[in-house]
Parts: sequence; structure tokens; C-alpha cells
Amino acid sequence: MMKPKTIVEKIWEQHLVLQEENKPDLIYIDLHLVHEVTSPQAFEGLRIKKRKVRRPERTFATMDHNVPTINRHIINDKIALKQMQTLEENCREFNIPLADIDHPDQGIVHVIGPELGLTQPGRTIVCGDSHTSTHGAFGALAFGIGTSEVEHVLASQTLWQSRPKTLNLKVNGTLGTGVTAKDLILAIIAKYGVRFGTGYVIEYTGETIRSLSMEERMTVCNMSIEAGARAGLISPDETTYNYLKGRRHAPEGEDFTKAVEQWNSLVTDEGAAYDKTLEINASEVEPQVTWGTNPGMCLPVSASVPDPEHEGNPAKKEEILNDLDYMGLKPGQPISSIKIDHVFIGSCTNSRLSDLKKAAAVIRGRKVHPSVKAIVVPGSFKVKQDAEKEGIDLIFKQAGFEWREAGCSMCLAMNDDIVPPGERCASTSNRNFEGRQGNGARTHLVSPEMAAASAVEGHFVDVREYSEFTALT
Amino acid sequence: MEPFKLHTGLVCPLNRTNIDTDQIIPKQFLKRIERQGFGEFLFFHWRFEDDGKAKENFPLNKAEYKGASILAAGENFGCGSSREHAPWALEDHGFKVIIAPSFADIFYNNCFKNGLLPLQLSEEEKEYIVKKAETESYKLTVDLEKQTVSDDLGFRTEFQILPHHKEMLLNGWDEIGVTLNYEDRISEYEQQTSK
Repeated sequence: MMKPKTIVEKIWEQHLVLQEENKPDLIYIDLHLVHEVTSPQAFEGLRIKKRKVRRPERTFATMDHNVPTINRHIINDKIALKQMQTLEENCREFNIPLADIDHPDQGIVHVIGPELGLTQPGRTIVCGDSHTSTHGAFGALAFGIGTSEVEHVLASQTLWQSRPKTLNLKVNGTLGTGVTAKDLILAIIAKYGVRFGTGYVIEYTGETIRSLSMEERMTVCNMSIEAGARAGLISPDETTYNYLKGRRHAPEGEDFTKAVEQWNSLVTDEGAAYDKTLEINASEVEPQVTWGTNPGMCLPVSASVPDPEHEGNPAKKEEILNDLDYMGLKPGQPISSIKIDHVFIGSCTNSRLSDLKKAAAVIRGRKVHPSVKAIVVPGSFKVKQDAEKEGIDLIFKQAGFEWREAGCSMCLAMNDDIVPPGERCASTSNRNFEGRQGNGARTHLVSPEMAAASAVEGHFVDVREYSEFTALT
Repeated sequence: MEPFKLHTGLVCPLNRTNIDTDQIIPKQFLKRIERQGFGEFLFFHWRFEDDGKAKENFPLNKAEYKGASILAAGENFGCGSSREHAPWALEDHGFKVIIAPSFADIFYNNCFKNGLLPLQLSEEEKEYIVKKAETESYKLTVDLEKQTVSDDLGFRTEFQILPHHKEMLLNGWDEIGVTLNYEDRISEYEQQTSK
């Protein structure tokens, strides 16, 4: 009998171009996603060495990081404008398909890949962006790379990679009402820290993961990098295939049936060995709120921020003091007493249609608190269009949210969507690093539901106490 | 890329954990399409006040660390965003070696493409180096060939590095050039898998 294998081992073996002793493996890359920020120097490198893009048709580009989400065509930032124009020129020169700012396929690169059916089980997918781990939700091996590697993939369609270790993250139990995939991944990082995934590919397994929708799975895999893992993935199943069927780049008819057969063969075998196994009980997870400056500094909404006096380790104590100082919080302050100035619903973590619907269900018939400025930034033009078809935009607008165009927006504030110094944002994004949403800005990561509830109240609140909210169907 | 073989340099301590690439090079500087010139923006908000004045207490601004080429930091250095602008900024500022007990994967990989050596030492070794660098003008010698770090005071330790990474730095290789030598293997793979 063949030795049982994990999905990671299977995908790896199917993509081996070259394997030699004392060297990383040379692996083939099936799909290369490109955006404006991490690609210009790579294209320039090709030009200098007179190299070509080996497989332009396995490459797909869009603009997301810099794009304005309001007054779409007024780009005051000349350097940002130049960067977008450079992507256009590069795609034209090297014959790469591009969804530019006016294209109906435009959106956050990690939202449109799945939406277009480019993201498929068993594929190796890279992008010059750390949240490429998102695509692992489909059982793809997907990870972020630097610009030199972007150039390498453009030129050769391959990468030198050491075989990663595998980590089985078992999630069992049922997520409670009002507790989301976002809360689950935040709770995992809070429990095991921001480094536990370094050197590993995380495979999320267990009944809870099986019960998640594709969009929820994407939220979980998206934040694998926040645990240090370049990639996180989930073995494909019927949920995956149902999502993919009929998408533009997915196989059709008989080819789809054949593809499903092949995809099923990728699923991790019974009894396959992992390098490490961790577990979490989803039933115990509460809605989460980060209080510090990395995603591991996270607590249930019912908790209070840490008191450094209770910390015995002097180095850790100082870290907490620094974090509370940056975040403008008092030791031991209840999370629910933290007042917020901004709400951002968006980013590659939580900007898909189901995220917007869940947030809309919370705010329907309510109003954004007068002291809060709240924006919704759909993940793609298509998400925006679909939401508008269902009148989701109206729910937000009537509540006092701004309804914007698609892009990365306030997740990293490279465009004009910036949280001013010292102000506080409840954000559905993925990083609460110092200055991430603007110099001196204070970020609290939450789920779309929690963000919506805090927009209404002006401070954090346990969304489960919103008894009347009913999910939009 | 310049080959990296042997380097002696002044150590600058930055003893924090989880230093993310957003701190190393903030997003407002990622809009440039050039590869050079990021050094002046390195650790921008840690280094400068909002009015542009240098923050006196930040190690990189202190006279005693002027010209430092070795940075000693806490664990999980380079976590977060994949931006290669982070090693570009470090390298452009004059750093050749980053010492930390652990590195984030993407940052670690990015260093080797830019002639920058991410050097993993134990927490105790890092603490020794940081303490020395905080109290006196402290230099280290890194010998990549022998995989050793040493000072003039008798401290000497070996470090681990993948042979591939070592070879790349020692030779200053253009990795793409190396890969394209395997062009026939890549084509063969594409044919076999109908890709």
C-alpha cells in the first residue's frame, strides 16, 4: 500500500521540476497573480536582462492597493498614478491580462482570483503579496513572495522552494451564533501566537472547517500568514466544487467532472503524518477584538485589556506597556468600553458578499453612531454589483455608511482612505500593526458583524447581544 | 549582486520582537517604481517625528551607531507583509547582516536576493550581542564561508544556513540566470503535465 500523504505533499510532488541534493526543489507555478505595488521592479529587471515572461497566460494582473475608492479617476498622488500606469505599460509590453481600474473584473487580487475561477484545487499559486494564503481555501498551495521572486516566476514560471513542514490544525465543535470564521482565526492566533506557523504550511481540518462556506474558508486561510505560515489550506470537498462550478476559468462539462475526480485525489489520506498537530474547540470561541499591535494580541469581547502589573516577565511587561501606550488604552479597561472613531468593512479578509450581508444584517434599521465615520469597501467590482442587486448598499447607506468602490483601501491606507493619528478604527482587515491604517492610527481587528455593531454603538459591543438580528438570505 | 564572504561591522541593537515589515518600511514609500533609494525611509516612523525631526532615542539616530552594518533584533523579525522594499531599505541604509533568534519566512527569503544575510542565533547569543552593543562600540565579524560569528573579546559561534542560500550569497548569483540554465527541464515538465 502507498504511504498515506497530506494534500501538501501531493501538490508538491505534482509540481516538482527538479530535485537535487543540498538544494531546494524547483517547483512549477501554475498561476501568478500580479498587482501594481510589488511588480514594477520585477518587470524592470526583465527588461534590463532582456528576458521574457515565460507564460503570460498563466499570469493575471489587477490594481488594488493604490486605487481610490471614491472619485475613482482623480488620483492626486502622482507617484501612485505612475505606479498604476507602469503596471498598464508592463502588462501591455509583456502581454499579460490586466483588470485595470475600469475593468469589470477589477478587485482585490485575493477576491478576484477565486471569483473568476482562476483559483483551483491542486494549483500552485503565488503573488507578491503575503495574503496569497487566502487561495489555500480551495486546496491550492498558495503563498506570498517578494519582488525578486515575482521576477523569477515571470521569467521561468518556477521557484526554488524548500519543502515546507506540515501542520494539522484541527478545528472541532460548532461556532456559536454571531461567532464567525474571523473570530475563529483570531482565536487560533491568540491561542498559539504569531509565530507558530513559521516554516509550516497549515492544513485546517475537522468538522468545523468542513461546515464553513468557501468565503469563510478564505477568511481563515487569509490570516495564516498572521500566524507566520506562508500558506494555509483546506482539502477540497463538495463545497469547493459547488463554488467553482460555472466560474469563468473553471473547467466545463465533462472536463469539470474529470477535474473533480482529480481534485478528490488530492485530499489528505487517512493516517497521513504531519510534522505538528494543534487543536482548537470552536464551541469555546467568542467574538474577538484585538487590543494591541499584532494579531495575536487578541481577546474575547467580554474580556478586559491586560494589566501589565499582572505580568511577571519584565520584557513582556514592557511590551504590554508600550502597546497600551500606542493604543491609548488603560490597563484592565473592559474591551466593551473602548470607544471608536472609524469603522472599516473591507480587505481581502472580509470584503466578500457574505461578509457584507452579515454586517448589513446587524445594521439594518439602525444608524451609525454620530461620532463614528464608517465605510464599506467591497472586495471587487463584482461583489459591489452583486450587493447592489440585492439592495445591500441601501442598507449601509441608510444607516450612514459610505459605500465605496473596490480596493484594498483602509486595510493598509496606501490610497486616501487613512485613519488619522491617534484615532481608533474597528476594522475587518488582517493587521493591527503600528501605523498600518495611517501613521499613529489605532486598529482593532474584528469580524464584519462586530464592526457593524460597534459602528452603531460607538464602542465595542458583543454582537450576540443584538438579539433581533436575522441573517439576510 | 555583490558577493558576500566575510564582513566585519558595527552592531546596532534594536531589541524588539515581531518587528514587522510595515515598521521597516511604511506603506507610503511603496509607491515608487524604483528599486534603489529606500534607505532614507527605513524605520521611518520610529526614526522621525511627524515634523521630520530625528527621534534622539531611536538607536539608528544615535551617533554611536552611525555606520552600523549589523542589526541585532528580537524574534520573528520581518513578519507581516511580503514587501521586498524591507530588505531593499535595510541594504540601502548600509546593513549587511541582520541578527535575530528567528525570522519570518518571506522576509528571510527576500534577504538572499539582495545580498543581505539574515543570521539566526539563539536568544542567549542575541542577548549577549545586544548587551555589548548597548554598552560599547561593538563590532562583529561574520565569516559566511566558515559559518561563524565572532568578536575580539573571545565570543565565537557557528550558525546554520542552507547550502543553496550560502552559495547564492558567496557568489552573488543572479538566481534567475541559474534557473534558466534548466530551461529544458522546465519545458519537459510542461510537456509531461500538458501545462
